Amino acid sequence: MESVEAVVAHIQGLSGSQEEVAHLHSLLKQSEDALRSQAARLGAFLHQLDPSVHSLGYLFLLEAYSSDPVCREQDGDFLLSILEFINSCSAEQIRLAPEKFISVCKSFKDKVMQLQVPIQGIVPLRTAIRKLQASSEQLTTLHSDYLLLCLLAKCYKAGLSILDDDIFEVDQPRDLFLYCYYGGMVNIGLKRYRKAWECLHNVITAPMATLNAIAVEAYKKYILVSIILNGQVPSFPKYTSSTAQRNLKSHTQPYIDLANCYATGTFSELEGCIQTNLEKFQADSNLGLVKQVLSSLYKGNIQRLTQTYLTLSLQDIANAAQLKTPREAEMHVLQMIQDGEIFATINQKDGMVSFHEDPEQYKTCGMIEHIDSSIQRLMALSKKLGSLDEHMSCDPAYLTRIGKERPRFDFDEFDSVPHKFL
Amino acid sequence: MEGDDEGTFVVATGYDATYANGDVGDDPRLPPTPRLGKAAVGGGGDLMDVEAYAALYTGRTKVARLLFIGEWCGNEGVQLEAFRLAHDEIKKGEDSHLYREVMTKIGDRLGPRYAFDQVWADAVDRRAEVRKEKLENELNIYKTNLIKESIRMGFNDLADFFYAHGQLGDAFKNYVRTRDYCTTSKHIIHMCLNVILVSIELSQFMHVSNYVSKAEQTPEQLDPVTHSKLRCAAGLAHLETKKYKLAARKFLETGHELGNNYTDVIAPQDVAIYGGLCALASFDRTELKNKVIDNINFRNFLELVPEVRELINDFYASRYASCLEYLENLKPNLLLDIHLHDHVETLYTEIRHKAIIQYTIPFISVDLHTMAGAFKTNVAGLEKELEALITDNQIQARIDSHNKILYARHADQRNATFQRVLQTGVEFERDVRAMLLKESKAPRRRSPSHIHAKGQRKTWDHDPTVAEAAAICHRTSVWAVQRRLPWAAHVKLGARSRESQQGQRLVERERERAEVNINESYESAPSPRRCSLPALTPWWNRGGP
Repeated sequence: MESVEAVVAHIQGLSGSQEEVAHLHSLLKQSEDALRSQAARLGAFLHQLDPSVHSLGYLFLLEAYSSDPVCREQDGDFLLSILEFINSCSAEQIRLAPEKFISVCKSFKDKVMQLQVPIQGIVPLRTAIRKLQASSEQLTTLHSDYLLLCLLAKCYKAGLSILDDDIFEVDQPRDLFLYCYYGGMVNIGLKRYRKAWECLHNVITAPMATLNAIAVEAYKKYILVSIILNGQVPSFPKYTSSTAQRNLKSHTQPYIDLANCYATGTFSELEGCIQTNLEKFQADSNLGLVKQVLSSLYKGNIQRLTQTYLTLSLQDIANAAQLKTPREAEMHVLQMIQDGEIFATINQKDGMVSFHEDPEQYKTCGMIEHIDSSIQRLMALSKKLGSLDEHMSCDPAYLTRIGKERPRFDFDEFDSVPHKFL
Repeated sequence: MEGDDEGTFVVATGYDATYANGDVGDDPRLPPTPRLGKAAVGGGGDLMDVEAYAALYTGRTKVARLLFIGEWCGNEGVQLEAFRLAHDEIKKGEDSHLYREVMTKIGDRLGPRYAFDQVWADAVDRRAEVRKEKLENELNIYKTNLIKESIRMGFNDLADFFYAHGQLGDAFKNYVRTRDYCTTSKHIIHMCLNVILVSIELSQFMHVSNYVSKAEQTPEQLDPVTHSKLRCAAGLAHLETKKYKLAARKFLETGHELGNNYTDVIAPQDVAIYGGLCALASFDRTELKNKVIDNINFRNFLELVPEVRELINDFYASRYASCLEYLENLKPNLLLDIHLHDHVETLYTEIRHKAIIQYTIPFISVDLHTMAGAFKTNVAGLEKELEALITDNQIQARIDSHNKILYARHADQRNATFQRVLQTGVEFERDVRAMLLKESKAPRRRSPSHIHAKGQRKTWDHDPTVAEAAAICHRTSVWAVQRRLPWAAHVKLGARSRESQQGQRLVERERERAEVNINESYESAPSPRRCSLPALTPWWNRGGP
């Protein structure tokens, strides 16, 4: 049983080269219990260490210290010391004990949430994520915590900075579920419905053996976002796990009803459906989205008119879109023109709206640049997919599995180029 | 209506005006008075001669059609007339069950001459009992003697008996049983025709098409009459299953030899009406010209129903107002047709839509007032119809509701292509990203540290994205070959416009542009990409798909 003083001495002595740190890591692991038992005393020792030099040791002490609820409550400097540590610690050292680092960050997040100042946690946690990840493609447990803080602080833009990374490495399925779910919510907050749809889509199509609450909640939002975006809810793609396909619908009945009402296209029916399920929507805190579904019905109706008419009086628009007055119709059309959803001009003199074609001619430099950038992106993605495929076809576990199902090697099956892309 | 001016009595159906009871002198514009012998259907001088209609048919279908008219016409005079004729027809036969049914419908509305005849009914029942026993005994004797032909005859007689007495289910069974004892193809055809007859009355149109194909498979050459009968039956079967195009083809192939040989199912006039309407609703212009108007064989049928001939010609000659008027006049009678009743509305909407589409095709802009005049409707109604068709993407046009003008909308192929390509790109990117995200667990789940986590491993192992990813990889390889989006663009473009010369030219132009693009952008990288260009000659340049 080593005393804390000895551990601190070790830390101070062994924080130089890589081998020393590795040795220190094993020593610290052995004395983990000892540290925990004396957690209350550790506060004082923390000041003897420099977080940027003795990151690993500092981390162990901090973790043990923060695991003790009493001192967490008492110490006002606790937040500050974690903050300082996150900002100055060395990424290489903390990556040796990622679970400790995550635990520290989590207690930091809890503390921030407890004090109801989530906005203060955003920047430190982002730093923490960047230090913890080996590459930007890696998903850490901290991602979801970070997004949660962004949501609580309503700083949706801050959340985007990590949502725009392409994630290709995942440790825990739970991380992925939460990351995508919160990501969807952040995007909804920014009204980037297409992105939100993608995130939520990832949640419900993720492999799952048993149904989980995250997926159910995500499916509710998925239904609403799908309606706002496309006016209908797509059926499950075939790679959705059978658990999700079987059970999700039965857990989200009010939302399914809503989608069905929407499909009929009558405003009164939709409103009635919302009224009957109002409490459920409120309880799920999805009422705001539900209201947007309602207004998207108008938009869908007006959008359809642009396909059929060149000019149409505001009165006719009001009739067709089931709006009460031409004035209301005018406001809707105006809003849609502003948002770039339709191309039209309103002639206020005789109350006519003329609809125009999409003025985009695909001739501008900007457009060509846009196309080129998507080509580049797609090529990169294809390359990645190719390497993944190669990797998989060399994987013994995969081959044995496939071999069992398909005893003979059939050339014909490799011939089928999907016609969709021909 | 044309007929009115001439004071003609029967106009609508064109079932030649047989004025059986000599009521020609009546003014059709007077409100129709319900009488025996002659009756009126519908309003405003639109009359149907039930007796003339019934004279076209024989056998049970006559009764069935009369009863159908009685049930649907909604006019008491016609109803009683139909029931009276049905009654007379039933009395000639032996179906006491049907007799009772009709008598309950008639009640005592037709006077003492048509009161319920208990004596007759009982006598028929008694005779039927005796005859059934006799036939069954005979059949048993034949069966013990094991003479195939006799057994077949025995079953056939029994089935005929059941058919005459209205026990259609039993009749069907017995007709089918003769199948095992058929020795020549003549027998088989006989059996098939019988089964078809019963099935049509039972409305089992699956059986009809089944047995039609069985009959057609017989090795012997069918005689023209049988051939025509089978065509009609097949046509009816397709009509009932709402496959109007196939139905039209079958009716059009019916030979004029049919004549009055199949009146226990269909009259030649019906062939013209069914065939004509189905063709109008489902054929395009060239097909209509080649297969209907220039069809000498079918012309014989059309001569029987001049209205249908006229309306087809009007439709082809774009005289829509007169065409639609003919249709409107025909409608009340068609609604009383036992086979067409359910399909009249659908066929009429189809025909009307076809007419509207055809009307708009040649114009760049159409004045809605003129068009409404041509279709005998008002502008608002026409606007609604056009709106529905445009939304359905059947007409490429847009309505200027302010000036009431319809403008044709020529889709800009280039823009549409760009849009589609970008859309495809976005979808592809999204799919691949989602897939990679899910696949990201793949390497980890097989690493030793995760093997023990059994539940988790199971989850990922069952991940169907593995297969999906493989499929995507093929797509990717295609993309990799095409490599540049403009390439994908004109492959798609070609697929869409391979028939139009203009499209072809557009493709050529676009491809040249793309080639220049590629050469420019890969100038720095002397890659195999450029070498692979010749291999990319799209398939439509290599001589057809």
